[in-house]
Amino acid sequence: MTFGIVVFPGSNCDHDAYHAAKHVLGQDAEFIWHKDEDLKGADVLILPGGFSYGDYLRTGAIARFSPIMHAVRAFAGRGGPVLGICNGFQILLEAGLIPGAMLRNRSVKFQCEHVHVRVEQLDTPFTAACRSGQVLRLPIAHGEGNYFAPPDVIARLEANRQIVFRYTNAEGQVTDEANPNGSAAAIAGLCNEARNVVGLMPHPERACESALGSADGLRVFESAVESIKSGALVARA
Amino acid sequence: MRARVFVTLKPSVFDPQGKTIADALHSLGYGGVEDVRQGKYFELDLATSEAAQARAMASEVADKLLANPVIESYRIEVD
Repeated sequence: MTFGIVVFPGSNCDHDAYHAAKHVLGQDAEFIWHKDEDLKGADVLILPGGFSYGDYLRTGAIARFSPIMHAVRAFAGRGGPVLGICNGFQILLEAGLIPGAMLRNRSVKFQCEHVHVRVEQLDTPFTAACRSGQVLRLPIAHGEGNYFAPPDVIARLEANRQIVFRYTNAEGQVTDEANPNGSAAAIAGLCNEARNVVGLMPHPERACESALGSADGLRVFESAVESIKSGALVARA
Repeated sequence: MRARVFVTLKPSVFDPQGKTIADALHSLGYGGVEDVRQGKYFELDLATSEAAQARAMASEVADKLLANPVIESYRIEVD
């Protein structure tokens, strides 16, 4: 199977995602330039982290108008699995593929550290290989990761089980100290209503080998492989 | 025509930057500054001499790109 990794001007985690898919998991991987319109037969799309268009105006605000986003939107609409990591998540929010928006971290600092997130939902293509309530140790590196949505939207996300990852302590408990950026409802990651589009602020692609301090992120990529191979997802580019 | 677009966070949205600026002003002795909300300001030079058209164009680009309706609202002045 093939991971398609979309490269925007300013993406800087594209090679990390490629390495995780290609060299750690042994799958095919293709870079897809943001001006392209063809998804190169990808089974899974990754919008990687970075600073697309310098994050000018707002994070992800300009990238969402890149030509490739038409194809990404169509792929997502067909049920294709799409994972937005960090800046990729911010692009999904700006594109309206996942509800809500990001504010500056409540610390007003760029937070660069390892955090713990609890897997809240298993029925997404990026968590299917996790255990219920599993706590993953993943790195974050962002200045605008303070998730915001109005209370009625948060209530709908809860009711629809769209909150996929929450910031917790190492024991899996939601506490204010464990929330690195002030995100509403300790939200670290979400999915769309159809559950095939997932975005998260932490970087699983930077935590796929123990030499990097944690291999917990591998579960996210393995989930995608298992979901495709089991035939649960059949959309193709 | 020139349009000025003022983009601000909605009142219900917490503004960490505004809070930090307010705290800085308080530490400088400006206790009379009760609150600060930070926003964005855009000047658009528009290829039209009609105010209504200028306003409509500014409004369209504000909706499409300059403001994020989830967290922000905007106000336009034209002259």
